[in-house]
Amino acid sequence: MTYVLGISALYHDSAAALLRDGEIVAAAQEERFTRIKHDPRFPAEAIAYVMDEAGIQLDDVDHVVFYDKPFLKFERLLETYLATVPRGFNSFRMAMPVWLREKLFLKDLLTKELRRIQKGFKDDKLRFAEHHISHAASAFFPSPFEEAVVLTVDGVGEWATTTVGIGKGNELKIQKELHFPHSLGLLYSAFAYFTGFKVNSGEYKVMGLAPYGEAKYKDLMLSNLVDLKDDGSFRLNQAYFNYTSGLTMTNKAMEELFGQPVRKPESEDLTQFHMDVAASVQAVTEEIMLRITRSLATEYGIPNLCLAGGVALNCVANGKILRDGAFERVWVQPAAGDAGGALGAAQALWYMELQEPRKTNGKDTMRGAYLGPAHSDAEITGELDRAGAVYEMLDEAEMVAQTAQALADGKAIGWFQGRMEFGPRALGGRSILGDPRSETMQKMLNLKVKYRESFRPFAPSVLREDVAAWFELEEDSPYMLLVADVREDIRRAMTAEEQALFGIDKLNVKRSEIPAVTHVDYSARIQTVHQDTNPKYHALISRFKALTGCPIVVNTSFNVRGEPIVCTPTDAFKCFMGTDIELLVIGNCVLRKEAQDQSLKENYESKYELD
Amino acid sequence: MSFISEVWGFLIERKKFWLFPVVIILGVFGGLIVLSQGSAIAPFVYTLF
Repeated sequence: MTYVLGISALYHDSAAALLRDGEIVAAAQEERFTRIKHDPRFPAEAIAYVMDEAGIQLDDVDHVVFYDKPFLKFERLLETYLATVPRGFNSFRMAMPVWLREKLFLKDLLTKELRRIQKGFKDDKLRFAEHHISHAASAFFPSPFEEAVVLTVDGVGEWATTTVGIGKGNELKIQKELHFPHSLGLLYSAFAYFTGFKVNSGEYKVMGLAPYGEAKYKDLMLSNLVDLKDDGSFRLNQAYFNYTSGLTMTNKAMEELFGQPVRKPESEDLTQFHMDVAASVQAVTEEIMLRITRSLATEYGIPNLCLAGGVALNCVANGKILRDGAFERVWVQPAAGDAGGALGAAQALWYMELQEPRKTNGKDTMRGAYLGPAHSDAEITGELDRAGAVYEMLDEAEMVAQTAQALADGKAIGWFQGRMEFGPRALGGRSILGDPRSETMQKMLNLKVKYRESFRPFAPSVLREDVAAWFELEEDSPYMLLVADVREDIRRAMTAEEQALFGIDKLNVKRSEIPAVTHVDYSARIQTVHQDTNPKYHALISRFKALTGCPIVVNTSFNVRGEPIVCTPTDAFKCFMGTDIELLVIGNCVLRKEAQDQSLKENYESKYELD
Repeated sequence: MSFISEVWGFLIERKKFWLFPVVIILGVFGGLIVLSQGSAIAPFVYTLF
């Protein structure tokens, strides 16, 4: 047997992934084990886990692949600093220590860390894949397609920010690239920064905020910031950005262009202006993505599209690409961000360098993205006993029945089942669930359970067989990476008075039969639930449907703001005791809040640094 | 030594010989910065990493 270990680390979202004869055995992000969100450190615990899952030692691993090439990145840094001398001195001064102490000697660093896991690890097993090759490989090789156009779009890797490749069988060839500093990911990040969110984690908040605003500044952005060509290629006007030479994303010129300063995170309120800016940058992103995909569909005449890179997590844009119809089928890697690079790097080596054959059968090979650790009944009860939890062990049918009833009663449920998800989305393995018909659920979950901003939308998990009856979507969306509208007949017409409301006030208006998962523009980020990949979750929603007639539940990740998604039963119990989750279900163990020792409650709201 | 030969190999592969003196100068300059401060603090914007 041949084992290939993929690693992404030292930038953000460290992760490890393991292939056995090309098959994905396990993949997980380091943050889940260390409990530090976006943990960038060497993923020692994730590596230990993936090897444990396969029952092997590091000695048994034949190849270790890192997901990008540090020298190429350093070359980009040096050339960028040279191009911006002397403005970039401060940035240079900040960056050099990290590079000269650590990143430039990455091979030594990785070898040292791997030798900590296993003495005598041989560094000739170590390989490096280019950042965007890693993304492209993670998009194409696990996809259901024999042949596809592969588009990767993110902030920046080494030089590339956008790449187009063609995948066929076990081959993947990059055809063209856009290079730093012209980056759609960095444009989006710049406006995350401008609207007062954190770069690298706040982008999805901008996407959630966009429907509250109007894209009033789209033309202003396209005429001043982005020189956009018909084929979707573009250049960013660096007069408004500061990321090449400074320590911020935008500069004074940007503030003057918009007539407003950068919003101060947390202390300054979000206004209609910020919502309009969010809507505008979202519209620009969609415009660019649609131009790119239309032009690629015409140029290559291939009906399948694979997407990866951080921008591929923009599920609103993904939904528009799908509905646009330029490509018949679209598949998005669920771990589209840098964590997925670990998987892509390993697969790039397996197929492209080792030239191993690749078979497709019309289904993807991500196994529902349930690639993380699972816990046996004995492990679950052992951990719960140690934590002092009071629980009841039921048989599976009774557990499903009681959980569905609690959902129908309007309770917030912690749902912990089977293997943990790989990637940023909780897909019914480590989720908090609620009743989507409830008018108060969105506010309650945001403020009392997740401790996060009240504007943030929630996503529906819907039975695959029922998706078309509730949403304007016919396709699979198992990874919650497509946004589509709630069907017209499910919507509730707004009164003239309600229509006139702006921004967050609109949130409180009941907009459909499933208000908790209907965003203010009637959109929803849909997860289709499939019997073959998550039978327990499918059974739960089916039971909820039998009780209520509704084949949908609210699904949000099992964590509070700033906390990585829970990994173990102990993490889940702590989160349960620190929030207003009323029922926790771990495997077949059911825990009720009122039955717990109240002295185990802790102040969870301020435990994690806000993201 | 293997590091220097890897850098040299990289510059040959990329045909960027002109970067060699830049690498040396910036390396010395950067080295001074490293020596003059206690800890390596990662900057905030990720393109720098």
